[in-house]
Amino acid sequence: MNSIIKYLKGISQGLNTLWSGMKVTGYYFFNARKEIITVQYPDNKDTLKIPERFRGRVIMVHDQNNEHACNGCTMCEMACPNGSIKVITDKVLDPNTGKSVRIIDQHVYYFSMCTLCNLCVQACPSDALAMDGSYENAVFNREELTFVLNLPGSKIRDNVKD
Amino acid sequence: MQAELISKEGTQEYFVNMGPQHPSTHGVLRLLLTLDGEIIRKVEPHIGYVHRSIEKMAEFDTYKQIVHLTDRLDYLSAHMNNEAVALLVENALQIEVSDRVKVIRTIMNELTRLGSHQLWWGVIGMDMGAITTFLYAFRDRELINDIMEETTGARLTMNYNTPGGLMFDLHHNFQKQVKDYLKFFKTKLPEYDQLLSGNVIFTERTKGVGKLSLADAISYGVTGPSGRASGFSCDVRKTQPYSAYDRVKFNEILMVEGDSFARYQSRVNEMWESISIIEQLIDNIPEGPIMAPMKAVVKLPKGEFYQRVETARGEFGVYVVSDGNKTPYRVKFRSPGFSNLSVLDHISRGHKIADLVAIMSTLDLVIPDIDR
Repeated sequence: MNSIIKYLKGISQGLNTLWSGMKVTGYYFFNARKEIITVQYPDNKDTLKIPERFRGRVIMVHDQNNEHACNGCTMCEMACPNGSIKVITDKVLDPNTGKSVRIIDQHVYYFSMCTLCNLCVQACPSDALAMDGSYENAVFNREELTFVLNLPGSKIRDNVKD
Repeated sequence: MQAELISKEGTQEYFVNMGPQHPSTHGVLRLLLTLDGEIIRKVEPHIGYVHRSIEKMAEFDTYKQIVHLTDRLDYLSAHMNNEAVALLVENALQIEVSDRVKVIRTIMNELTRLGSHQLWWGVIGMDMGAITTFLYAFRDRELINDIMEETTGARLTMNYNTPGGLMFDLHHNFQKQVKDYLKFFKTKLPEYDQLLSGNVIFTERTKGVGKLSLADAISYGVTGPSGRASGFSCDVRKTQPYSAYDRVKFNEILMVEGDSFARYQSRVNEMWESISIIEQLIDNIPEGPIMAPMKAVVKLPKGEFYQRVETARGEFGVYVVSDGNKTPYRVKFRSPGFSNLSVLDHISRGHKIADLVAIMSTLDLVIPDIDR
């Protein structure tokens, strides 16, 4: 007798909890249009908002005259924990003063090794580096992940503090 | 050899590999099960599939650079791991950070804890065969990730704490967004109970399964919600308050049962506590600098340092031996997952294979945390 009661109790308890769970899911089933949660990724690209602080990849900031603020001090290279930045510097004669000054030849950035920790951007004394909000960074070849951050033909801005 | 394996009842023990690609191991953990029919006689965890030698790598990094490696230990409590290193350096150099930093760190910790527990809640449902919980939990966690993304710039590996302060100041939307989120999540958290906590299938599978006694919890070093479900009062936020935990009121969730269901409940209840901690702090974030004055090259004095924090999984400790250079001589991370995994064999003996999934889920293991 006891086992029959226990059995029936189990069934009613099971139906009860099934009901309480289905109440929650049923609410969302019938109110699916009220709060749409799932978005199909490539379709919402136009409305997708990337926060300004989002760390997508490292870039060098260039202004409209194709000038940057990097003087080749290699602080970013030293701050990088995994060697993903290599600054190749050069020395040229300044025509105005006649002294030799250090400029960057190539600011090489190995994106494949980067952990996007933001330490290089923080270390930069002249705010030459920044993070951009790119997020579709997958490529087919590893070689394509090596970038030269200073644009071709760019030069250092005047009055960059050392 | 063959004869030894045959038991008195005439049955034969055999071995089954669970993992390293098993969906319920949440990563690459391989469990070598010794089975007698369906009864577990022994569980032997084999780890090392995601070993990245983070402790060795930390020996070649400066103290500022170590922080970003700790993101990759327990990725669900990245913020708390970062804080452990930051606090260690600050305590060693006796730097006093501003109140603003302390409060922001505490709020961020609790948001991370909420996100971590939400993911765990979704995954435990999926392990027990209910996919709804997974979708519902990710709906709630996504909004936390959005808040994090706006302020810290990253969704998972945040690297927000640095020795001496924070990397950025709060985003101007932060307070409003967190308040909106808490208002939203308070209506959603009762759904968690309706969907899973009271469900008869779920309770049958977790009640009385994987009982961990208080003595065993202490001797194995099981901390976090798993340890507290056995009555082990081990909350570092209470015992050794750091950041702003000494100025907020919250309860340490303690249970006595020690079974899988108690571990489940202690985490769900902890979510309410996290909400209350954030609510106490969010309205009065004091003004102040976000970075204490630090030297460009951080050098720790000669000696040994240890700092512990409470992550979503338990006590996370950083042990640093310094020889006075800018890189540490030796770094050891005491990860909660490793100790929690060690008890798995002890509490799952005599249970069925299906119970092992429940036990593993409620221990809330994160494999990169175990392997390091």
